Amino acid sequence: MMPSNTIPWPPLIYLFAGIFIPLAALKWRRLAGWLALVATAAAAFFSVVNLLRALDQGVISYRFGGWIPPIGIEYILDPLSGFVTTVINLIALGVLFHAHRSVEAEIRESRWPPYYALVMLFLTGANGIIMTGDFFNLYVFLEIGSLSLYGLIAVGEKKSPVAAFRYLVMGTVGGGFYLLGVGFLYLVTGSLNMGDVRNILFHLPVTPPLIVALTLMLIGLGIKMAVFPLHGWLPDAYTYAPSPTSAIMAPIGTKIGAYSIARIFFFIFGLKLITQVTPIAQVLAWLSAIGIIYGSILAMAQNEIKRMLAYSSVAQVGYIGLGLGLANSFGFIGALLHIMNHGLMKACLFLVAGNFRLRLGHSRIDRLDDSLRRSMPWSTAAFTLAALAMIGVPPTVGFFSKWYLALGAIEKKNWLFLMVILISSLLNAVYFFRVIERMYFRPVNSRQTSENLSETTSAEAREVGPWLLLPTLIFALALVVIGFLNVWIVKTILTKALPAVF
Amino acid sequence: MVNWTTYPSLVPLLAVLISLAAVPLIILSARRPNLREFWTIAAGVGKLALVLSLLPPLLEHRVAVLNLGEIVPGVQLAFKADALGVFFALIASFLWILTSFYSIGYVRGLKEHKQTRYFAYFAVCLSSTIGIAFSANLATFIIFYEILTIATYPLVIHKETEEAIKAGRKYLAYTLTAGVFLIAAATWTYLLVGKLDFIPGGLLKNTPFEPKTAVILFSLFLFGVGVKAAIMPLHSWLPTAMAAPTPVSALLHAVAVVKSGVFGVIRIGEFVFGPQLLRRYHLDYLLLTTAGVTIIIASFLALKEDNLKRRLAYSTVAHLSYIVMGVGLISSPALLGSLLHLAFHATMKITLFFCAGAIYVHLHKEKVSELDGIGQVMPWTMGAFTVGSIGLVGLPPVNGWLSKWCLGWGSVVAERPFFLVILVLSGLLNAAYFFPIVYRAFFRRNKNKKTGEASPFMVVPLVLTAGLSILFGLFPDIGFKLFKIATDVGILIFGRLQ
Amino acid sequence: MTSFILGHYAYWFILLLLVIGLYGLIMKRNLVKKVIGMSIFQVAIILFFIASSTKWEATVPVLSGHQETIQTAAYINPLPHTLMLTAIVVGVATSGVAFALIILIYRRYRTLNEAELLKRMAEDDAE
Repeated sequence: MMPSNTIPWPPLIYLFAGIFIPLAALKWRRLAGWLALVATAAAAFFSVVNLLRALDQGVISYRFGGWIPPIGIEYILDPLSGFVTTVINLIALGVLFHAHRSVEAEIRESRWPPYYALVMLFLTGANGIIMTGDFFNLYVFLEIGSLSLYGLIAVGEKKSPVAAFRYLVMGTVGGGFYLLGVGFLYLVTGSLNMGDVRNILFHLPVTPPLIVALTLMLIGLGIKMAVFPLHGWLPDAYTYAPSPTSAIMAPIGTKIGAYSIARIFFFIFGLKLITQVTPIAQVLAWLSAIGIIYGSILAMAQNEIKRMLAYSSVAQVGYIGLGLGLANSFGFIGALLHIMNHGLMKACLFLVAGNFRLRLGHSRIDRLDDSLRRSMPWSTAAFTLAALAMIGVPPTVGFFSKWYLALGAIEKKNWLFLMVILISSLLNAVYFFRVIERMYFRPVNSRQTSENLSETTSAEAREVGPWLLLPTLIFALALVVIGFLNVWIVKTILTKALPAVF
Repeated sequence: MVNWTTYPSLVPLLAVLISLAAVPLIILSARRPNLREFWTIAAGVGKLALVLSLLPPLLEHRVAVLNLGEIVPGVQLAFKADALGVFFALIASFLWILTSFYSIGYVRGLKEHKQTRYFAYFAVCLSSTIGIAFSANLATFIIFYEILTIATYPLVIHKETEEAIKAGRKYLAYTLTAGVFLIAAATWTYLLVGKLDFIPGGLLKNTPFEPKTAVILFSLFLFGVGVKAAIMPLHSWLPTAMAAPTPVSALLHAVAVVKSGVFGVIRIGEFVFGPQLLRRYHLDYLLLTTAGVTIIIASFLALKEDNLKRRLAYSTVAHLSYIVMGVGLISSPALLGSLLHLAFHATMKITLFFCAGAIYVHLHKEKVSELDGIGQVMPWTMGAFTVGSIGLVGLPPVNGWLSKWCLGWGSVVAERPFFLVILVLSGLLNAAYFFPIVYRAFFRRNKNKKTGEASPFMVVPLVLTAGLSILFGLFPDIGFKLFKIATDVGILIFGRLQ
Repeated sequence: MTSFILGHYAYWFILLLLVIGLYGLIMKRNLVKKVIGMSIFQVAIILFFIASSTKWEATVPVLSGHQETIQTAAYINPLPHTLMLTAIVVGVATSGVAFALIILIYRRYRTLNEAELLKRMAEDDAE
């Protein structure tokens, strides 16, 4: 028998873990990683419990401290928030499993406890944003998550503080714009509770302040989501952050922004306001479409796997934005599915990039050669599988995201978006096969560049240990398994997660 | 009208999976080549046996179906071993066994590297080809079609030379683009009719269309399957992909991959759009024009090509368009001709590729101009080559004449005698690019010092396929009842054989 | 129109502050000045909330005695003020993290000038 108040547990578990880890680890530093893992496992477990409840009972509201909304803060558990928390917590579990070793390798021992504490706080923010039913509370969680991320990025290589600072500047502006939007919304409606605002807006005429509020919120959340052209912070942050940070923020970070946009614009403001009164959905779709092409093209030009993956993320976030911007049920399902699918693919790819860094000391494409396939067969295989998923080869998950998005674009009779969705998978093929060719077919003897480097050559590298390999392979396997399960997920969860307007 | 009934059966799935199951065994026995090759052969024989077991019920008009549940909402991952599917599966699985024997001789003769990878991906390719054959709907078809694309890539770049890697890139660029178009077309179809099943006579038969929509949708489909079917101007990957080892060219680029393309054309033409729709919106003109142009141009390109394998590749391009043309002629004899050509071209062309490979392994010659007197060195090989050439020109008793005959009959029935002219012209061109090789081989002076044939692993399969070509030419119904099945498909689509 | 402009004079100042903050954030080369710009930007938002809750002739929202009916017009809305307490905390935390990063950057690159920083980072790449 489960207690009935499990709804706010995932963020709360992370919050308390974030406080407890530095204390407990004062004496035993090795404990930090274990505590984080246990906390994540618990949070993942409870988000699954929550999801099952939401599927069973529909929308459940949890009143924090017993205060009645709209005065008190409310947590909303519905299939949508249940689904997204489950996805990010399970991904976080896999990544943290992997981080156990990669943190040891990349970060000084004295920094382990604060590092894990920050990871916990980042996940607090992520879970809080998803669960909350209050506009201002969302802002607070947004900042909690972002502030911890700045720290997580800054412990990386030499350039990482600069990347973190740049992200901080843009992130703060984004948060500021969102807050300003909330201010305007409060001026118009006099409420900060999401459900309450929806009811009030239903009766209100559309006024300029409301439109200003919408626009500011879109910009603010767009920065967090890294929608083109607000993605400037992303490539550096992903590249220079330590591997465990990239691996945890790439699958989760931008998705939070995407989720917030879905929640606020589709559930609260409603379809009429964002498609007919203002062209917000259209703007989002167009920017995303441009971002897909732009990100894919820049990804081709990169020489560092992590940077390539970062630009690929800009493109993939575009898929989500495009799906939302299509503003029909197929597009929305495609976007939600891609939140999960892209999370899994990117987690897998970044874990492999981390494995390469651990064993080779670098993850530069031009220094890879075909001895890798013998020295690290499983990592390269996982990379290839994830790359195929990114390209959208059936029966991997990528194909199904593409399928729903294509359905959405055709239903809207928007042939240009259809072209963008389809062409981008070809562009993905170009930049991923560039890496695959090197990993499998580039002969070893043609390396002239690295005669003096102290790095381990690929031939001397070995496959990483089971702690690192297992999560990588689990993610890779999930790409195929979930591909087959997609109908089940769509039917049992996502169709219930659609806003009522569809 | 014959009544077709269905019965649930696991056999189609098993036929797909058996070669996939062989993959881990092949990889695990990498150090013991004989055991590894045993797995390949065993999987091949098992696969053929499974496909053959579908044959007797099929001849009684009972079709094996298997439904594995939804793959996307509203569309099942489903297999249906209908007449057309079994027809294709029979050819592919039978020729796989011969190709496997031949491959053993080839890779060992050349001491190729990474033989395990080679055999493993070969097995995956065959799995997906059978999957394509037995797909009951477009979604399942696309899944296997894309897997085939990816699984062929390691075979194309097998040599890992600069040239091979470039060929691989070109191959992927063409086929992945095509896959994307196919997905677009399938999603669109799904929105139009809400399902994607292959229905004899056309899934879209009763859908109201704007003419423009029909043309665009059909073009998307045609692009999607046309790349693998090497319709011009989408053909240029095929000659480039000849960088692959010869058995790969033989099976994949004369049978499995390209035939999956034309198989797709038949599925789209007869089972998605249906003959009525093709005629109503004049889509048959699209098929006929591209096919006709392809046949003539590819034949001329073959004529001026000196590399033997590339000449064969251009010849394949031309002959694939025979099949496309048969679909475009919209008459049951033409469809019969198409299907027969799908099978017979496979036996003839695989013979020719086998010969080219045997020459390459034994004498390291790739160019037509170097083949002087080679018939005196390798009489069996060049004898088989002659048989294949005669067949492709379309002369009896080799099987090519039969399919051409049916196609010609179809063009008369369809009242498009122009295409009879094209058939005759192309036959002459075939003679013009094949017979000089035969002439060189047998009547020019031999300068080779080496004597004797290549390894029996290679010679026996190619003599067998040549023999089969003659056998099918004389008795088309022998063994696999290919003629009967093909007629059944024609009757299924058009109601009767005109 | 005039009344709209005059009637919202507080907001124009806030807008000005916002623009100044953004200007500093984007145009200033010095990292510390960027943080100053960021703080101005945040303060502008805080002022925006506070300004939005003001009412003429209203007082602090503390109930005196036992009034039967509560005149909402007589009290300033307390909610934005409390929200802004949180926003101030967030602002302070952000500045703190920003300064920590700046110290880290200075230790590694010995400069706070963005142009110089980019140059040194590029030199790093060249090595």
